[in-house]
Amino acid sequence: MIHTQQLTRTFESGKETVEAVRGIDLDVAEGELVAFLGPNGAGKSTTLRMLTSLLPPTSGTATVAGIDVTADPAGVRSRIGYIGQKDGAGHNYRVWDELLMQGRFYGLDKQRATERADELLGTLDLEGMKMRKVSTLSGGQKRRLDIALGLIHEPALLFLDEPSTGMDPQNRANLWDHILRLREEFGTTIVLTTHYLEEADTMAERVVVIDHGRIIADDTAEALKAEQAGDRITVTVSADDLPTTREVVGQAGTEVEEVPADGCAAISFRVDAGPVALPRVLHALGDKGVAVNAATLKQPTLDDVFLNLTGRSLREGAEA
Amino acid sequence: MSTITDSAATSARMARSSLLGDIKAVWTRETLTILRDPFSLIFSLIQPLVFLGLFAPLLAGVADDGLGFGSTLQFFLPGVVVMITMFGTSMTGANLQFEIMTGAFERILATPLARQALLIGRALKELTPLVVQALIITLVAVPFGFDLYPAHIVLGLLILGVFGVGVGALSYALAIATRKNEWAFWAVQQSLLFPLLILSGMMLPLETGPDWMQALSKVNPLTYIVDAERVLFSGTFDDSAVVYGIVAALVTCAVGLWVGVRTVTKSIL
Repeated sequence: MIHTQQLTRTFESGKETVEAVRGIDLDVAEGELVAFLGPNGAGKSTTLRMLTSLLPPTSGTATVAGIDVTADPAGVRSRIGYIGQKDGAGHNYRVWDELLMQGRFYGLDKQRATERADELLGTLDLEGMKMRKVSTLSGGQKRRLDIALGLIHEPALLFLDEPSTGMDPQNRANLWDHILRLREEFGTTIVLTTHYLEEADTMAERVVVIDHGRIIADDTAEALKAEQAGDRITVTVSADDLPTTREVVGQAGTEVEEVPADGCAAISFRVDAGPVALPRVLHALGDKGVAVNAATLKQPTLDDVFLNLTGRSLREGAEA
Repeated sequence: MSTITDSAATSARMARSSLLGDIKAVWTRETLTILRDPFSLIFSLIQPLVFLGLFAPLLAGVADDGLGFGSTLQFFLPGVVVMITMFGTSMTGANLQFEIMTGAFERILATPLARQALLIGRALKELTPLVVQALIITLVAVPFGFDLYPAHIVLGLLILGVFGVGVGALSYALAIATRKNEWAFWAVQQSLLFPLLILSGMMLPLETGPDWMQALSKVNPLTYIVDAERVLFSGTFDDSAVVYGIVAALVTCAVGLWVGVRTVTKSIL
């Protein structure tokens, strides 16, 4: 569906040249659900804009839905759907008018556009909103209308730029229901950008981590977490049991760290499959007569992955 | 339900889309704002009438040439038609700026519509009520001694239409260039609009003005438009002013579209 080679984009800002995207090689197969994850300014949106032909690349090539973005941008645009960060629907328009016009922009005839608009109002829970002015819709309704607009021509490939930014958790979950259903029913290939870790973690099957205009990791969330961070077990034992514990832990895991406290110590270590390893370690310690005071298992998040890759946190509020 | 074949059929329909079809589609969407809110149209119709009704009698008093009010109207009315065209089309970008801000423009950019169609369709939308306005003020002026030449007026409006698309496209480019600060759009639009209007001899004749004003008016494309409209509204086709007017309109249109399309493809919203 997507194939890029050394896709690059620089911007001239005064006398400075900003390299927003520095040589991205990416392949996305049909039916994949891919999330571009990275901090603000990492180059996610710029990459998306080049893939959707909204921005010409400075160098490199990109083939999207079988078409070269530089050679035939309009051809690319007619085969993809794009849902931007802001409201797609014009505030001064009626919902129905915008849907029909969008159909016309994609070359649908009136009958087909009407059918599609009706279908989409139904699937996106917007029935009864037909004659409403867009500016009077709620945030969640506007977002669903944006999705309807992006799907009017049944694209096989859909791009979403920060689809759930600013939405409350309930609306976000609702949005994802719609996106996932779309994929299940039509096998739509979906590429989205996000800086919400949980979103990339739970929804996307493949996470492409982008930082400073480069892809720094590309795999399933599970694999990224296992490779880049791993599960960590922490057991707290009394100071007397420390030597025995060290011995057991040394065999069970790696990257052992000790935090001594008053009369006891917390030993943490990395294991491959935390939920399986934890009972085994506890059992082994019990067999050797160690009384474990407390045990915790921490499974990594994508933030740990990002932290491990870049030394920085992706959490909101954390300075990138 | 939808299948792959459906999508293939959709693509086939898309392939047939033409520039003209795209322009019509953009124009239709823009015109919906007028259709859904006719008060704005009614209000905009009153404005040139007020201007004509209040200004022309004054001008008749100043330029007492003994030929009466009808003659003043003959001079002044084409100028008013040009003025409302300039007012309308130079504001094309203001509506665009709102849609850049909310995000609708980006969505439309992501559709396969031809870039020129985005500019032309929007400019034509601003011209649509102007045609109605021009016809109304012309008809209103007839009982006051204004001579009506329908065929000439049609050509006059066509020239204005071509010119207006150029002005609209420039306004569009200005809106994109100033998208980060709205006031800059208005500052540039206003500070260009009035000098251009005055230096075209639209409101008052320039023959009595100082040399520097006359020199400036020679390089103002609007001058040639106003002159052509005056000649046409007075019922003459056979005049070099008409040719100059057509050339000025075509050049403005070409420059406007070139600048506009360049701005759309180069800018990052």
